[in-house]
Amino acid sequence: MEAVVREQPVEVVARRRSLRVSLEALTFMSPTMLLVTLFFFVPVLLLLWISLTNLSSNTFGNPLCVGGVRDVCESLGIRAGGVEFVGLSNYRRLFSDRFFPKILRNTLFYVFSTLTLFNVGLALVLALLTTHIERRAGFLFRAIWLLPRITPSVIYIMMWKRIAADAPFGILNQFLTPVGVEPRFWLREAPWLFVIVTNGFVGASFGMLIFSSAIESIPRDYIMAAKVDGATTLQIIRTIIIPLIKWPLLFVTTYQTLSLLASFEYILLLTNGGPGLYRTEVWSLTAYHRALQTYFGNNQWGYGAAWGFVLVVIGIIFSIIYLRVFRFNELVQEPKIDAL
Amino acid sequence: MRVELRNLCKRWGNVVGVDNISLEIKDSEFVALLGPSGCGKTTTLLMIAGIYKPTSGEILFDGRIVNHIPPKDRNIGMVFQSYALYPHMTVFENMAYPLKLQKVPKDEQRRRVQHVADMMGIGHLLDRKPGQLSGGQQQRVALGRALVKDPELLLFDEPLSNLDARLRLTMRGEIKRRQMELGITSIYVTHDQVEAMTMADRIAVIKDGKLQAYDTPDELYERPRTLFIAGFIGNPPMNLINGVEVVRDGEEYLARHQAFCLRVPAERGKHVAAKGEVILGIRPEDISLADDGQDGMRGEVYVVEPLGRDDLVNVELPGNTFIHFLADPALRLKPGTPVALCFNTEKVQFFDPRTERSLLWH
Ligand SMILES: Nc1ncnc2c1ncn2[C@@H]1O[C@H](COP(=O)(O)OP(=O)(O)OP(=O)(O)O)[C@@H](O)[C@H]1O
Ligand SMILES: [Mg+2]
Repeated sequence: MEAVVREQPVEVVARRRSLRVSLEALTFMSPTMLLVTLFFFVPVLLLLWISLTNLSSNTFGNPLCVGGVRDVCESLGIRAGGVEFVGLSNYRRLFSDRFFPKILRNTLFYVFSTLTLFNVGLALVLALLTTHIERRAGFLFRAIWLLPRITPSVIYIMMWKRIAADAPFGILNQFLTPVGVEPRFWLREAPWLFVIVTNGFVGASFGMLIFSSAIESIPRDYIMAAKVDGATTLQIIRTIIIPLIKWPLLFVTTYQTLSLLASFEYILLLTNGGPGLYRTEVWSLTAYHRALQTYFGNNQWGYGAAWGFVLVVIGIIFSIIYLRVFRFNELVQEPKIDAL
Repeated sequence: MRVELRNLCKRWGNVVGVDNISLEIKDSEFVALLGPSGCGKTTTLLMIAGIYKPTSGEILFDGRIVNHIPPKDRNIGMVFQSYALYPHMTVFENMAYPLKLQKVPKDEQRRRVQHVADMMGIGHLLDRKPGQLSGGQQQRVALGRALVKDPELLLFDEPLSNLDARLRLTMRGEIKRRQMELGITSIYVTHDQVEAMTMADRIAVIKDGKLQAYDTPDELYERPRTLFIAGFIGNPPMNLINGVEVVRDGEEYLARHQAFCLRVPAERGKHVAAKGEVILGIRPEDISLADDGQDGMRGEVYVVEPLGRDDLVNVELPGNTFIHFLADPALRLKPGTPVALCFNTEKVQFFDPRTERSLLWH
């Protein structure tokens, strides 16, 4: 009898306690959750919705006022315009677009080359160099490499445009003419080179910082032991340093893949997808062009949203893969403060 | 292999790591570099390994200057305090790493690693990662990796300081035994004087980057040439008593202090007589309780520290002088007990307080 009486309150107390704990947790998480909802989930849902409509300059109206809601909107004085729910037709149009293969190829080429040559490749080289020279010099060198990142994009690209400008201008021409190279319009002749280099010079600094701190945190003893064991500097890099910074390498690779997929502002400013027809047009730039900058002033928001949403889906798939690869749950530990 | 250091120096700006060290190590000798923390032991070792470039001075292997030879061409095996086992490689890969770099054929790598691993008693651990090993096992792997390439010189940087006391004792014996069996010249860095005393053929005592003494353990113990060595070598440390004056008294010599007056043997006393105030050194084990009727120096027990086999007793002599001695625990000395002490005067040391050098041994 007594045992039963004693057991019940214990259970109730435990339940109340777990409720209190989760309420507390919710309270602490609510500001972040609010921000994430407001600035991520809501826009993504809106994007998805718009991509399922024919919203454009011609049909301009509130995209929520479709179908049966239309009359309600009109009676409330909200402009419905000609917006219609069009199902997946924007997506069908996207995948059968005449330029879809070209844009896909451009995107893959752009992401892959910038990533391997600069965001990971050059970043690793810079990190190795700056950690193998004198500490202060290395620090200074890294700081210099950060400059393009903190330069406003427009100014940064203006400078590159000046560098690659047509004859008789162009800094490149001024340097190359004396050594016997014909002056040319470099940006037109090699647009990809400049697209990749401008993005890469900025992108490399991120990996450089992550890699150099990872390299610096490798205990000196490993390197000394490898030297005594008979390794040359290159062998040390290949057999000791690279395997020991495997996680930062993977992290930078995945993270930069995502940000390259989504970035277009330098290309927009530099070539605007040209020269010619879609020479350097990439996926995210297409989304921008369709939605916000068409030649005839007809902004196809619905169609552009479809391009944008596919990119969001690709990003989410990548994120899931890399959370798996990083075994994220193992990295996130119970907060120590709970133990108090 | 013979190793010789000539006027070796290492400086970083104003920081002096190693200051003009010269010493010679014979073939298959086991030498310990002994000194307090920060005295430059590791720096010396890393210069010998070729990882640090000496600021000045020379390092010779078998009479050949090796200053400009990179570590990989010096044929050295090294054991680090942290073991420095590569965490991403298995035990086998760790041990085979030096062989792989030498492009030794695969099957020979396997054979040699297995041979050394069996010798070290880690043959069954070859597939594990270092993170899955105990400290003692890691220690054996580290030693195995150093041995597998048949080095001509073994360097140890405080290899036992991360092990528990018991394991340290076992590994101490094991390292010494392997070294003797294989006859590899070895340099062993430690700040533990017991380790140095028990393992080394000769000990180089270093302080503030300078070589203080380089001699056999017995010699350092029996004939300390400086005050630093006297205080550093031996556990518990030697008692050092300031303000002692030695005078000649006919055929005899007397060491006088405000707390006592001792008769000192002539062969020691004659070096010290009429030198003014000197420092007298006597080891705790050379002090005993005076027998009944014998005329000892009187004092009072201040603290008793049981060490197990002995009690380390701190006695207060008149004039605020404290000395340690070892007593039989069966005597059950308690703080406050009056005692009479007797010195084994055959063993007393004398030091000049100004130069801090021994007055007996030069
Ligand atoms: N890379 C360096 N730059 C500047 N000073 C250094 C450097 N390495 C060592 N020192 C200094 O040189 C001195 C000797 O250092 P070392 O590491 O050789 O000492 P140690 O005898 O091995 O000490 P421990 O027993 O603590 O390992 C110390 O004063 C240290 O601060
Ligand atoms: Mg050290």
